[in-house]
Amino acid sequence: MNALKGFSAPIAAGVVIFGLWQGALSLLDPDGFVLPAPSEIVGALVDNWDEVYQGTRITGFVVVSGLVAGIVLGAAAALLVTRFRTANETITPLAVALNAVPIIALAPIFNNWFGLTSPRSNQAIVVALVFFPIFINTARGLARVDPSQVELMESYAAGRWRITREVRIPHALPFFFTALKLATSLAVIAAIVAEYFGGRQDALGPMITQSAGLTRYDEAWAAVLAGAGIGAVLYGVVLVLERVAMPWHSLLRSRRGEP
Amino acid sequence: MTAIDVRGAAKVFNPGRSNQVEALSEIDLSVESGEFITLIGPSGCGKSTLLRLIASLISPSAGSVYVNAKPAEQARLDRDYGMAFQAAGLFDWRTVAKNIELPLELMGWSRGDRRRRSAEMLDLVKLGEFAKHHPSELSGGMQQRVAIARALAFSPSLLLMDEPFGALDEMTREHMQDELLRIWEETGTTVVFVTHSIPEAVYLSTRVVVMSPRPGRIAATIGVDLGNRSAATRDDTAFFKKVTEVRVALRSVEG
Repeated sequence: MNALKGFSAPIAAGVVIFGLWQGALSLLDPDGFVLPAPSEIVGALVDNWDEVYQGTRITGFVVVSGLVAGIVLGAAAALLVTRFRTANETITPLAVALNAVPIIALAPIFNNWFGLTSPRSNQAIVVALVFFPIFINTARGLARVDPSQVELMESYAAGRWRITREVRIPHALPFFFTALKLATSLAVIAAIVAEYFGGRQDALGPMITQSAGLTRYDEAWAAVLAGAGIGAVLYGVVLVLERVAMPWHSLLRSRRGEP
Repeated sequence: MTAIDVRGAAKVFNPGRSNQVEALSEIDLSVESGEFITLIGPSGCGKSTLLRLIASLISPSAGSVYVNAKPAEQARLDRDYGMAFQAAGLFDWRTVAKNIELPLELMGWSRGDRRRRSAEMLDLVKLGEFAKHHPSELSGGMQQRVAIARALAFSPSLLLMDEPFGALDEMTREHMQDELLRIWEETGTTVVFVTHSIPEAVYLSTRVVVMSPRPGRIAATIGVDLGNRSAATRDDTAFFKKVTEVRVALRSVEG
């Protein structure tokens, strides 16, 4: 019952927004290319289901594979810099420098490296964009421990890896999941924008540019909707993983009255 | 048997740098096993530093620290002592029972032995029905009891406590003091206890070690012989006399 209550407000808000959208368009009746009505977008989605489904699969694969690789690299780098001073002195400034680069602008260059029609370049863009928030947030969480808990572990003559496992990683998990929620939407944006410049031509990115070029805006919006779907599903997956990985954390949050 | 033997110990933090601090100087302290010692003194007198030297969490700049007739480092590696801090320092991600089992896991106890032991310890601190709860569901006093149970779980011969009741309200604090004394009597553990509170020091210990600041030194050692403690002890004239004696000693070091 409570779960339903939690959902009813956003669903009502969505119905109101789409209703206003649809209503305003039928009243004002602007040219079709300005903004198609929700009904037209859904119609385009149904009419072009096979293409949109194929595009979602291609783009979804780029997003998920890039996301996973970026998470693994970011988390591994965070563990390294927390554990080894030299790693901290070399990797951290490099990562910060990498973050200053407008990575999405590298898409045409990456295409040149990996081949214009290969999804590898798009994956590389996603990895590079996901890496930084995961790395920085996880490293911060790993470092931000209760000193008395580390002293306690030292009093038990625990080794450094054991301290990392028992104290640092559980402390870092909330930071990691916050970064992961950011990273999922970043990954979808990165994949679609990268696809504007190259990669497989049946992905969502090219579908958006081509439909828009042919003034079939309802189809472009249908592809955007599919991209939003990928993001929403991934976000949901992250929420579930968060619950599974940190059952104690929802307990803490509910006690503090946080959402 | 001598549980702790500190000889001519000194501790200087950041030696040779502009922020150099002489935290401890010329510390001699000998503790017999079974004693309950409190370290008391104004802030910056090095009482927590001395406790960490005994725990071998830091090493002395000069002198020697022996625990159970071994260098303190070896005693730490042999897990000769349990430790409790002002912050209970429980792991939120572990249940209460699992928190108590943490040192046992590190020592390689079997699952069944751990279960049995944590159940015993929870009974000892009277929290039997909270085994499966998470620390965030417990009050501050209950958390501190879990921390004490964790420190005692592997039956160390020595218990080191750094202001463990400092964050508790007065009622809970007095209750915890009685609990600790009961456990001390039941287990025969040697206790070194750091505190700010004079009545707490007098109520708990067999000996109060008064420390003076800058650099930290032992200014006086006051034996306390009040027999078995009870609620009546706190209203006893002998108790107040001892409190005054410690207060006078503290005043002279602060002057």
